[in-house]
Amino acid sequence: MNQSKSDQLPQMPGGQLTGTSLVIRFTVIAIVIAGIAGLFAYAGGWLTPHALTPASMINTFQKVNGLHPGFRRNHAKGVCVSGYFESNGRAVALSKASVFSPGRVPIIGRFSLAGGQPYAADAPHMIRGMAILFKLSDGEEWRTAMTDIPVFTAKSAQAFHDQLLALAPDPETRKPDPAKMNAFFAKHPESAKAMQLIRSHPVSSGFENSTYNSLNAFRFINSKGAVVPVRWSMVPVQPFQPITEPTEGDRNYLFDALIASIHSHPLQWHLVVTIGQPEDPTNDATIPWPPDRQQVDAGMLTIDHIESDDTSPARDINFDPTVLPYGIATSDDPLLSVRSAAYSVSFTRREGEPKEPSAISTAETEK
Amino acid sequence: MNTPQARTQFAVQSRILHWLMAVMILAMLFIGVTMVASLGDYHMLLAIHRPLGILILILTVIRFINRICTKLPPFPPTMSRQERFVASSSEKLLYALMFAQPLVGWSMLSAGHYPIVMFGPVHLPPILPAIPILYSVLRKAHTILAYLLFVTFLAHLSAVLFHTLIIRDRLLDRMALWPTRSRKNKS
Repeated sequence: MNQSKSDQLPQMPGGQLTGTSLVIRFTVIAIVIAGIAGLFAYAGGWLTPHALTPASMINTFQKVNGLHPGFRRNHAKGVCVSGYFESNGRAVALSKASVFSPGRVPIIGRFSLAGGQPYAADAPHMIRGMAILFKLSDGEEWRTAMTDIPVFTAKSAQAFHDQLLALAPDPETRKPDPAKMNAFFAKHPESAKAMQLIRSHPVSSGFENSTYNSLNAFRFINSKGAVVPVRWSMVPVQPFQPITEPTEGDRNYLFDALIASIHSHPLQWHLVVTIGQPEDPTNDATIPWPPDRQQVDAGMLTIDHIESDDTSPARDINFDPTVLPYGIATSDDPLLSVRSAAYSVSFTRREGEPKEPSAISTAETEK
Repeated sequence: MNTPQARTQFAVQSRILHWLMAVMILAMLFIGVTMVASLGDYHMLLAIHRPLGILILILTVIRFINRICTKLPPFPPTMSRQERFVASSSEKLLYALMFAQPLVGWSMLSAGHYPIVMFGPVHLPPILPAIPILYSVLRKAHTILAYLLFVTFLAHLSAVLFHTLIIRDRLLDRMALWPTRSRKNKS
């Protein structure tokens, strides 16, 4: 018996342990290991399966829009563009980012419609998006994903998530359930106010004459270290034209108009930076800043090439708004991290999925 | 190197590297697993995750060179041949993971067309071309390697605790940064 025991257990230089002591010591080891493993599981969210996470946020997009493998989970329908940004040097005093030094940087971008359905028919009141990646000369990048609404519709991740569900079309009526909508807006008056602002905002005829807004606040840091809160907009040179009704039978009439106008002449937008005052909220994208705030026209964005998602590298770019050059930083707006996290999940999922052709095909962009 | 301690303990720089990297890697695993489940803290944690990963990669290179160039203290006599084999294998696995995990992270960001931002204007060049499917595979590999690293760490810790609390052969003294009773004094 003793012989076989010493074969199995190594000798104990500190002397043999009693049975109780052995049990206690093994228990201590088990508690330490299980404790660390448990903390890890807790940190990874396995113990709180109903918490809102980047993955569950994207799951909600998929639930509302249906699953469309290979496409962005939001702003699924789009078309890619390229061109350049020419800085006039006026924003150098605000930010040390090299993109604001006088001169040109190439850009790649994407126009899109909000929503997770890649083949949805264009409609005048759908939210329009403009995403731009500025390629700075030193290899840095500035990515910004903007939309044509004046303020965002929710101020937190949970509010945005609940709004997605509340405004989702009912499968039978194909319209949002008014009871759910009202309940949501009663709980989130800031979202109700934002919706009023959005509805009263004049909508232009197309992508080419829309103003696109950063929505979230950021911070500009200049070479002396001075920090100012900012929001920015792309203000079109193309004159405003009032909204038009969709062309009969053309499901892509907004995109087709954009394609036609880029083929006829380069499209241009002023990059207008609005400087916030200390009292302007930077952590709530549903609230507009007063209209009298100082604005700086930092330069001109020129878009002279258009290309289908099917062939452009922009399809496989995540326009994460927290990808910023030195001299531009995130603000305390909680939505910036939320967007970064959720975009990343959408990007990771779609990059691993087989690709389906875009509704805006190469045949369409070359028309 | 002729002191009695040199024979029973790892070299002082080895011990410092061990504990420094232990803290960094454990922090890194927790940052990683927290950030992928977090909406609000994702951006802040990711901003730490990238440079910390590169720092770990640099330290791994230094540690590997140091590992080749320094003599190891002998295994304690309480370890059987099989146990020594397992210990050596797990050490090799840990080195492989410490190398692979940051490199996979860097490759993954390169393949995903992301800039590899460290701090301020400092960023690293891509080490792979931007290829969607490559990004997808590397992103999954990053997760699997992280879990493998965490499990290997737990196994390593369990073995050390077993030796320290059950066998009590003062195995931990070999890696201690704190003063230890030398074997001479003990016997």
